Amino acid sequence: MNDDILRMRAITKTFPGVRALHDVNLSVRRGEIHAICGENGAGKSTLMKVLSGVYPHGSYEGEITFDGDHVRFSDIRDSERRGIVIIHQELALCPQLSIAENIFLGNERARRGLVDWNRTNHEAGRLLDRVGLRESPVTAVADIGVGKQQLVEIAKALAKEVRLLILDEPTAALNDEDSAHLLDLLRGLREDGVTCVIISHKLNEVASIADSITILRDGKLIETLDLAADPVTEERIIAGMVGRDLEHRFPPHEPNIGTEALRIEDWTVHSPVQRGRVVVSGATLSVRRGEIVGLAGLMGAGRTELAMSVFGRSYGTDISGRIYRDGHQVEIRTVRDAIRHGIAYATEDRKRYGLNLIEDIKRNISAADLGRLARRGWVDDNEEYRVADRFRHELGIKAPSVLSVTGKLSGGNQQKVVLSKWIFTDADVLILDEPTRGIDVGAKYEIYSIINRLADAGKALLVISSELPELLGLCDRIYTLSAGRITGELARADATQERLMALMTKEQPR
Amino acid sequence: MIASLLGRSLNIRQSGIYIAFALIVVLFSILTDGALLQPQNISNIIVQNSYILILSIGMILIIIAGHIDLSVGSVVAVTGAIAAVLMVEYGLPWPLALVITLISGGVIGAWQGYWIAYFGIPAFIVTLAGMLLFRALTLTVLGNQGIGPFPDPVRTLSNGFTDGYLGNIGLGPLGGADLFSLIVGALVIAGMATTQWRARAARLGYRQSVDPLPIFLLKLLCAAAVIIVVVVQLARFKNLPWVLILLAFLVLAYSLLTTRAVFGRQIYAIGGNLQAAQLSGINVKQVVFWIFVNMGVLAALAGVIFAGRLNQAGPTAGNAFELDAIAAAFIGGAAVQGGVGKVVGAITGGLIMGVINNGMSLIGSPSERVMLVKGIVLLAAVAFDVWTKRRATR
Repeated sequence: MNDDILRMRAITKTFPGVRALHDVNLSVRRGEIHAICGENGAGKSTLMKVLSGVYPHGSYEGEITFDGDHVRFSDIRDSERRGIVIIHQELALCPQLSIAENIFLGNERARRGLVDWNRTNHEAGRLLDRVGLRESPVTAVADIGVGKQQLVEIAKALAKEVRLLILDEPTAALNDEDSAHLLDLLRGLREDGVTCVIISHKLNEVASIADSITILRDGKLIETLDLAADPVTEERIIAGMVGRDLEHRFPPHEPNIGTEALRIEDWTVHSPVQRGRVVVSGATLSVRRGEIVGLAGLMGAGRTELAMSVFGRSYGTDISGRIYRDGHQVEIRTVRDAIRHGIAYATEDRKRYGLNLIEDIKRNISAADLGRLARRGWVDDNEEYRVADRFRHELGIKAPSVLSVTGKLSGGNQQKVVLSKWIFTDADVLILDEPTRGIDVGAKYEIYSIINRLADAGKALLVISSELPELLGLCDRIYTLSAGRITGELARADATQERLMALMTKEQPR
Repeated sequence: MIASLLGRSLNIRQSGIYIAFALIVVLFSILTDGALLQPQNISNIIVQNSYILILSIGMILIIIAGHIDLSVGSVVAVTGAIAAVLMVEYGLPWPLALVITLISGGVIGAWQGYWIAYFGIPAFIVTLAGMLLFRALTLTVLGNQGIGPFPDPVRTLSNGFTDGYLGNIGLGPLGGADLFSLIVGALVIAGMATTQWRARAARLGYRQSVDPLPIFLLKLLCAAAVIIVVVVQLARFKNLPWVLILLAFLVLAYSLLTTRAVFGRQIYAIGGNLQAAQLSGINVKQVVFWIFVNMGVLAALAGVIFAGRLNQAGPTAGNAFELDAIAAAFIGGAAVQGGVGKVVGAITGGLIMGVINNGMSLIGSPSERVMLVKGIVLLAAVAFDVWTKRRATR
């Protein structure tokens, strides 16, 4: 009965303004594959970071029992010493080093401070056999594909004598063949007595491989399903993931929909880093004036990539397809072209891509269309002040004046500055990528009101969001994107969280 | 009450540099028994540092954009050599030779700007290569010797003074002073006061907050006092140095460029957040390319002035000038990460180093001690900047 290798009790983790985990319990039996499911932002990764010591003891509440002992990890090295190894979604390999060097990175096979290369490569070879990777240990990691790199990560974990292996979205970047191989390997490790915790969005995989499934939603434990007792369907898992009452309130909105403002046809984008990988495949969608259209998709589905490639080819290579603005086909090669054709893109990562954090509100608002405030190349800074101040009042940016530095504003106010910047360009089409990420509930409501007002003013809006209730509450029509393909289009009346989630996790026939 | 007003309107991070400059001037005035502020010495400080100050104007733009230029010393040398060959060996009229030299500087800047902006090589590497390349080119052009002497007008531009067009006027105990210089000084003060007042009135018209009147007047008065002291002392010596007039023009033009022009504002946007600038439709490559072209032209101007001052173009001209120009920019408040900096700050930074050089040589300090002090001042200035920033984000 008491054969749990891991027990996490009443884990609560709070970030400034957000409660990421609330009283979560997790029990993992020795030698099982335990899946953790939930929407983006449900708290899966946070829970694993608490477990592996990324968030050290003391920064969370609750207690962790591993192998019968109370454990208090202060960093990752601490948890690795106990045999808990986490493999993150973004692989942590040094591309220029060899496979063997990566496997023993920080764990070198050395004698008196000097690396024993024969032993290193010999042991690496044995580990590669174990994970079924036929490559020479001296090959550089940069020269093998992502699927094989994933196997190197697992070999690296095995080298540390792993007892609990945590995999965060291990198959997200893999093709079917590599995924199948990886899942077989995990089954093999289970035979060897290695316990696995796997975070995955691919529910068919989860249903086929896991012994138990724990479902998180909004930082809370919903349920733990025992698949040994009775098998579950994907629909059953989806119901657990989304079954939430609409706790956020949305401002009422009566749409007044006009003519088509933006149409994208047969849009295909390739990855700029991985040669030949298709990130967006033959996508076709349209947005009309006065309409708020949602774009739903799980992490890695290609939502941001689609938006940024449309916005002046800011992402991707080898882009093909057609863009129509107000019914006319247009060529958009640069961001300036996009702005000139009345398209705006408000990024999902305001701090990295949206704002000049060391500058004031005024200069951030004017940044995308400074020419409008200038005569013969000279900026009228009084006029600039007036415009910025108008936005401060209209959008309710809470700051003493428009001369306040944007880096010091709260997330919601920063987002209003970003929106002001794009509204100022007089764009007809606004693509808003995660417009309420990292914003508290009250400010979300204000952002929704602004979006509704823009629609009422005849703008066409394309909203990308990970929060399904947000899309359901805000949008008139929702497209779903899965693995780079548009898998569905639902009118507001037909859309439910369950239907969206089913479309978002739908695997495409290849 | 005045202290609280001062505290509110004087941002320590922005005005710290001017206070530091004032303190350094006072310190060396005392240490040198007033020799620092003697008419001839003020003139010397300006003329001796003019080329570094010109370079620091170009450098601050590059540093604001988040880049660096290590080649300016070598560019000063090669453009000085080009000017010497054109004027002395080919006997071209000096204005034509000057224009060709400035264009050569622009071409050099375009060469480096191409590799940095369009080819994507870090500026550190490109200009480190340029440092070697253009020094090599200088040695090739000059052989191992200097070329001179330069025509008189060029020497006057570097070294000379305005004529006493209107004769002298008695200033009581201060003795005779050049009337023309005094009138120019008065006009500068009047111009400054009117534009400041108009700007203040316009901002009030837009209901923006401005400095309270006493603070506004105090700032204006301080600036006017500095100008009066400098101009009177110069008028008592040999009138206004031509390079001072040139510098004043450049400072005014580039201050306007950085604060008011779309182009200047784009430099700050790029240095503040490159990706955000790109996603705001700013043509980053083009802006970066042109600030390097601009640096080349200014380096050529400095090259001609430096050669004219020595009256010959030499193979070692401009050695380590890049370091002085970079130090001036950072002492003057530029941020290492880019996005922050002012033309006037860089000029003040350059003058701080100039005053330290001059003051320490007046009291007979050996050059190793001068270097030591300059090193400490540079480190202290940047440490102060980092410290205030860290405190502000807390």
